[in-house]
Amino acid sequence: MAEENGDKKSTGLLDRVRRDVTDLKETIKEKGKEELEGLKEPEKTQLFRSIFRVKHDETPRNRALSVLSNVFFHLHPAKVNRDAVKYKFTWGMGGITFYLFIVLTFTGVLLMFYYHPSKVQAFRDILYLENDVPFGKLLRNMHRWAAHLMIIAVWLHMFRVFLTGSYKRPREFNWCIGVLLMVLTLLLSFTGYLLPDDQLGFWAVTVGTNMARATPLLGTEGPFGAMFGMTPYNDVRFALLGGSIVDANALLRAYIWHCIAIPLIASIFMALHFWRVRKDGGISGPAPVMLESEIKEEKGHRPVILRPSGMV
Amino acid sequence: MNWHQIWEVASAPDNVPIVALLFLVPFYVWYAFRQALENDRLIDKLSADPQAAKTEYRKTEPWNPKWEREVHTWPYLLRIELVAAILVTALLMVWSITLSAPLEEPSNPNVTMNPAKAPWYFLGLQEMLVYFDPWIAGVIMPTLIIVGLMVVPYIDANPLGNGYYTYKQRKFAIWTFLFGFIGLWVLMIVIGTFIRGPGWMWFWPGQTWDAQRVEFAVNRNVDQIFGINGSWLVHFMPASNASYAPILARIIFGIFPILFYFVAAGYGVHRLLLTTEFSRKIFKRMTLLQMATMELFLILMLSLPVKILLRLLLRIKYVWVTPWFSI
Repeated sequence: MAEENGDKKSTGLLDRVRRDVTDLKETIKEKGKEELEGLKEPEKTQLFRSIFRVKHDETPRNRALSVLSNVFFHLHPAKVNRDAVKYKFTWGMGGITFYLFIVLTFTGVLLMFYYHPSKVQAFRDILYLENDVPFGKLLRNMHRWAAHLMIIAVWLHMFRVFLTGSYKRPREFNWCIGVLLMVLTLLLSFTGYLLPDDQLGFWAVTVGTNMARATPLLGTEGPFGAMFGMTPYNDVRFALLGGSIVDANALLRAYIWHCIAIPLIASIFMALHFWRVRKDGGISGPAPVMLESEIKEEKGHRPVILRPSGMV
Repeated sequence: MNWHQIWEVASAPDNVPIVALLFLVPFYVWYAFRQALENDRLIDKLSADPQAAKTEYRKTEPWNPKWEREVHTWPYLLRIELVAAILVTALLMVWSITLSAPLEEPSNPNVTMNPAKAPWYFLGLQEMLVYFDPWIAGVIMPTLIIVGLMVVPYIDANPLGNGYYTYKQRKFAIWTFLFGFIGLWVLMIVIGTFIRGPGWMWFWPGQTWDAQRVEFAVNRNVDQIFGINGSWLVHFMPASNASYAPILARIIFGIFPILFYFVAAGYGVHRLLLTTEFSRKIFKRMTLLQMATMELFLILMLSLPVKILLRLLLRIKYVWVTPWFSI
């Protein structure tokens, strides 16, 4: 060390320490300044770039990359129709539906911590949740109202898609997936109805599943059901309830459908739904209006099975 | 007048969504139609002036040729999504703090709730139970609604109105959907919530829900009106089977009103598809399968209001009675 410094006079330990401390003072000041400068532009830091993978400059390229290279955002295209970001066209109902699904998953998972799907426990768990669990009542209320809101949002979403003709070519199949998603939303809500195991849920589910008894061929009271060998102990209602009455098995089945099976199925359909929105060219509009005079006449042989290929 | 009764129903926490629907649906219908009529005016203008049609932006949105046609998702869309998420969360918070989810007594199979109502979004189906047997109202109709909605894109042969609000170019489609969604779905839910009381009886707003009220069912079947008893059939049947004559006669008789309905409604729907010159043009584009599917679903959809009218005006319970099912 001493040789390296080329220092003749001070080789004492004390001197060396003193010199190092002075050096360090300088470096800390410099590095501190550097650190402070860095804080002014957090998006240039290594930490930021390790998380978001791209630089964040005010360039079109980086604006596009911040969407495309982000796993949560990449469902979006990098750019959207300038008129489509206005509320008046989409009403935001599809996005709100998806957001409510996330809210419901979140509150639902928290509710599952406090709930046992058994006849002995279920109702008491709700009482416990409402009266003793911190914010338990808020949690349950939020789950319930978000579910109601989701149904309204789904209906209004479908209403908007219909009125803008967005189900037309090439989005026909995505409309079908959407219809199935709506049915799944209703089923999700319906299966959740029984879980508090109170009179309201019990009789609603009784009324609902009694209708299954009347299924043609597969229900004991349905047309040709008895001829088909259906009894209260083997018909479609029995399969739904896991018994001939709404009881412990029905509670467990509702729980599993509600918390695992339907959310999984709905998630798969949602992935498909969003993916198709992109593949079909993003959201449908607001598109330029078409005129009647621009409808192309079919020429020659018309395709059979369903529709002519339509315009454009 | 008992206004407390209607308040009690309207203020039940679980009925809040229906009260909300009463405002939201008219609002969004108005909101959509305002844009549709705006677009229709633009369509009229462009149709009258083909030269403008070539150069125009063809939207009612403001437009400057210097503007980009697309904007970056980040931040122009993502910030909207963030705001929407925050607003929805805030709404849910306020709603959850002010109103509590209902919790009744523990479930008890021995104590029937009166009225025992399905969740609000299924009340349309429950209301249908008044007019149809459960196998139709609870199984066939829901299936038809789902399948009917799914075939919509495949039977709509009208290429116009893809991606913008318009009324003029899609009158038939829009009226059909409004009729189905508002007339047959939302309205039935509203009736099921506000009008149907104990015993699923009809209580006008302002009437007290009286659990003791008794209604005398005086409904009859169509064959009873015509006095079908099979007396003429007996002559054609072996004596040992004579007791089956009334049943058989009713089965045979019932086919005719059903057939008549299908033919009459089918023709009516067909006429409706050919009302205007434009609709005739679209009709020409439809394939046989599209035509048949559309008319079938319209006939089946119309059967609900027809049955409601038959019940309310003529007090008819069943049109076709068989030992296995009745319609």
